[in-house]
Amino acid sequence: MHPLEPISPRSRVLLGILFFVLFIAGWSFATFGGFVSKTFLADPLTMLQDGWLLLTKQGFLWDIAITVWRVVGGFILASLVAVPLGIAMGAYKPIEALLEPFVSFARYLPASAFVPLLILWAGIGETQKLLVIFIGAVFQIILMVAVSVSATRRDLVEAAYTLGAGDNGIVRRVLIPANAPDVAETLRLVLGWAWTYVIVAELIGASSGIGYMIINSQALLATGQIIFGIIVIGVIGLISDFAFKSLNRWLFAWRLA
Amino acid sequence: MPDNSELVMKGVSRIFPGVRGGQPTEALRPTDLTIERNDFVSILGPSGCGKSTLLRIVAGLDRPTTGTVTLEGQVIRGPGADRGMVFQSYTLFPWLTIRDNVAFGLREKGVPERQKWEIVDSYIDKVGLRGFENHWPKQLSGGMQQRTAIARAIANNPKILLLDEPFGALDNQTRGLMQELLLGIWEREQKTVIFVTHDIEEAIFMASRVVTMTARPGRIKSITQVPLPHPRHYTVKASPEFSELRLKLTEEIRGEAIEAATHG
Ligand SMILES: Nc1ncnc2c1ncn2[C@@H]1O[C@H](COP(=O)(O)OP(=O)(O)OP(=O)(O)O)[C@@H](O)[C@H]1O
Ligand SMILES: [Mg+2]
Repeated sequence: MHPLEPISPRSRVLLGILFFVLFIAGWSFATFGGFVSKTFLADPLTMLQDGWLLLTKQGFLWDIAITVWRVVGGFILASLVAVPLGIAMGAYKPIEALLEPFVSFARYLPASAFVPLLILWAGIGETQKLLVIFIGAVFQIILMVAVSVSATRRDLVEAAYTLGAGDNGIVRRVLIPANAPDVAETLRLVLGWAWTYVIVAELIGASSGIGYMIINSQALLATGQIIFGIIVIGVIGLISDFAFKSLNRWLFAWRLA
Repeated sequence: MPDNSELVMKGVSRIFPGVRGGQPTEALRPTDLTIERNDFVSILGPSGCGKSTLLRIVAGLDRPTTGTVTLEGQVIRGPGADRGMVFQSYTLFPWLTIRDNVAFGLREKGVPERQKWEIVDSYIDKVGLRGFENHWPKQLSGGMQQRTAIARAIANNPKILLLDEPFGALDNQTRGLMQELLLGIWEREQKTVIFVTHDIEEAIFMASRVVTMTARPGRIKSITQVPLPHPRHYTVKASPEFSELRLKLTEEIRGEAIEAATHG
């Protein structure tokens, strides 16, 4: 093992799986060994049983679908607003001067703290859930996109100018393609955060969704269900992250070449 | 003034404001220079004497502090497709294939598809990159990238071609081949070229006139005609006329190089 030395894909996968095995082993040891009370932490088998019941008897699939729809919906709305704004800010300094201070401020407003306010404004319907995610994601995306667009290599911009590109051409044919991979990476990151916001939104004032199931199970002391819910979130996150990464790698092959 | 003069610089100077409260840098003393149509002019000078600054002003990427540059009587106010540039650093667009890189300017001009690809492919041939059309820039060596950059600039058919030490980072052999390649293209196509370099042999071999510059603050020190006939073959570098020119220019540049090295 030397710094930055690559490892084979096989060992990478094996090592990755190994840690999951260790984690589950530790968990089994703590629960089956009787070191932790069943009330506080269910063992892996109970968790799977509870999960199965949730899926087959209590319509948990529907909750999963609702939550996914909220995350994706809020995230897409935020991206549609934030990506063009971020590009405009990065490209045109007056727009940056106008918006940057406010966006930097707004990005530190915790989305979860908006939940009570949004319930007052938008009720406890879907609009409120989408808004929580929107608020949590939009400012982050704007800022990160603006930063990467500002940092575009100047010599590439100058080369495009000497090839006859106008301002419009610079934005469309240099700034956007040059930063597309960074923008995609930003979106992938923020999608991960959106999962946190949706659960918070569903813990308060919701009647469906994974977060709602979790808060319900707390009242029933069903820790198996809670853990199953958390793991489902993790697995969906892992899948969407993997899909996003593969898509980026396919779209931006020039980066890896 | 004869009609043939294409590019005219009058009293062009550039002073960069001081960095963090320091002294302003006088990069270029007021300079006059006239370049004729289809002339190939080398600009030779020690590092830091303002060669890139001069070229960037002609390209319209930088503004002169005083003076004006006119191209065919039009004052230059910004960059444009009529002045193609090959930069000192590698500036291919990494997200475009070699073919799309060469096509960049033509697409911006709105040249019809078929004609565009004909031009692009002919220049890819001329710089010897057939077979690499669909590679990304990263997959090419430095020399191949600079050849692509030259093709990209010429395919756009600029009135004047500006080259800023395009072969500076290449090894000697590759450099020699690239000089012949560029000279061959120039001999066939006839173009106005300004070629910046700090290599004396390269300056003579390529040009019909060599302009030398003083150490910073840069200004023109001398202009030397190169009466070697075209087409030039690399063996011309061994001829007595060539050696004579080299000796003359070496002496002129030597003092400046010492100046530049001791006073930064
Ligand atoms: N943007 C800038 N701001 C401040 N000073 C600058 C700037 N660009 C260039 N200079 C200064 O102007 C002088 C000339 O720079 P220039 O890049 O034109 O030199 P050069 O002749 O091209 O050198 P080289 O052969 O090393 O490329 C240098 O002393 C440099 O420090
Ligand atoms: Mg330079």
